[in-house]
Amino acid sequence: MQRASARLGFRPDPVAREARRAPVGQGFRRDAGWWALILPAVLLMTVFYLAPMVQVLAISLTEPQPGLGNYERLFTSESVQRVIGTTLRICVTTTVVALLLGYVLAYKITLSTPGVRRWWVLAVLVPLWISVLVRAFAWVTLLRRQGLVNETLMAGGLITEPLPLVWNEFGIVIGMVHYMVPYAVLPMLASMGEIDPRLLSAARGLGASRLTVFRRVFLPLSRPGLIAAGVLVFIFSLGFYVTPAILGGGKTLMVAEWIKLQILDLLRWGLGAMMATMLVVAILITLAIFSRMVDLRRIFGAGGTA
Amino acid sequence: MGGAHRPGPFATGLAWAVALYLLLPISIIIPVSLTDQRFLSLPVEALSLRHYGTVVSSPEWLDAIWQSFWIAVASTLLAVVAGTLCAIGCWRISRRSTDLVRALMLLPLIIPSIVYAVGLYRYFAKLDLLDRFLGVTLAHGVTGIPYVVITVSTALAAFDPRLEQAARSMGAGLAQTLRWVILPRIMPGIVSGAIFAFIHSWDELVIVLFIASRDVFTLPRRIWNGINENLDPAMAAVAVLLVIFTVLLLLLDQLLRKRRP
Repeated sequence: MQRASARLGFRPDPVAREARRAPVGQGFRRDAGWWALILPAVLLMTVFYLAPMVQVLAISLTEPQPGLGNYERLFTSESVQRVIGTTLRICVTTTVVALLLGYVLAYKITLSTPGVRRWWVLAVLVPLWISVLVRAFAWVTLLRRQGLVNETLMAGGLITEPLPLVWNEFGIVIGMVHYMVPYAVLPMLASMGEIDPRLLSAARGLGASRLTVFRRVFLPLSRPGLIAAGVLVFIFSLGFYVTPAILGGGKTLMVAEWIKLQILDLLRWGLGAMMATMLVVAILITLAIFSRMVDLRRIFGAGGTA
Repeated sequence: MGGAHRPGPFATGLAWAVALYLLLPISIIIPVSLTDQRFLSLPVEALSLRHYGTVVSSPEWLDAIWQSFWIAVASTLLAVVAGTLCAIGCWRISRRSTDLVRALMLLPLIIPSIVYAVGLYRYFAKLDLLDRFLGVTLAHGVTGIPYVVITVSTALAAFDPRLEQAARSMGAGLAQTLRWVILPRIMPGIVSGAIFAFIHSWDELVIVLFIASRDVFTLPRRIWNGINENLDPAMAAVAVLLVIFTVLLLLLDQLLRKRRP
């Protein structure tokens, strides 16, 4: 529609993208200055980001010897398959739980009055920006054998032996969900904010119960946000290093820590690089599948081209 | 009036439970940092600041804090300059090709830093940038660009492009237009981006684990070693200081947002 109106030579919206362009005929030369502004970032990104990434792919195909030998391990090595299985299991669990918890928060925030809303948003933003190391450290303090939870339960006589709360999958999931909930809330908030509150009031006014309003009106309308949040949490979980490494205690390995182990400790560069490449492939495939269903640009907040 | 649909008691109760799950575990480090014991525990007899004393008087912690700070400052500068100019260029040109550029700039957010770190390790070995201030700054700066591009692009979306056209048609050059027309208007977005890029570098661990070892030893690296080796209450003190610092930066950001037109 926008393109059509531009061809007709009138601009329905002054902020529309067409208006930003240099007038026809003064084309590229006039834009050259603006292209020069983009140049430093593109150069930096190419030399110090893309080039190292290409290196990963190259290593996976050439070491220890050229060929697809490392990729063959995906089908033959039991330890490779085990780490992929563990990673997928933990990521799916984390995504489901983080979506449930995040949904509750986003629902509450969306329907609150603006004054209340600010505080709840802060409760989501503060954990989001607190160092992941600090949060993992807090969980270790709470959950380890002599941790505060076990000590309290033992002092209260509820248990006689400390519960194994950390350095296993349970600990990883608790810590990861804690990290991911804010990431789940943000896209859901954006999407729920677009739900017309009058629809909800109208449904109520027509005699629907709270539950019915939620199930028949709110939930279906919030679906795009739910999917966006799910994609975001899942791809962030796949390559997550810090929390699983600390709360897994080296016993439960997820992909990121496994890669680090292969490369820094075992010096198996080819195998580690192969897994790193597969990690990126898995993420890009996930994005490609869901980019049809949700506006990915909105997930990553790449505003600008509204 | 009861007109608007508000969350019911059940939803509110659940939301409180989730909020407590998010906030309580983090706040537990405050009493732990004030313990009078030698090991990680709640205070038994009295509150004590001795562990803060340990941190403040430890050359290792101070050195790590100092290194992290300077790396974060330098990489933020890099990210802000490159990211802001890029966002402005993309906004002004606004074609399919610049959409691609913008997508490229967002890659570091999507691709796990472990993958980048693996590639960077080899790459920097060839360039002799391992374990160097410059190397870590470049890595943090490049991965900080997305934060700046996002916040500046958002600020630009609210900027009337006719102002820029007016300036140009009255004879302002590109530099003048940037300096006097565009930059002042999007300053809050730039500052937001700078804050996030700073926090990003300040907290970054995975890349540092690969490309730094002895000479460059940042705060996250020191905390990482602390968690893996000896869990002493000084760690809790450092954690509390970090939380306070982050919250202050966030408050600054909120304050700037409120002043935004």
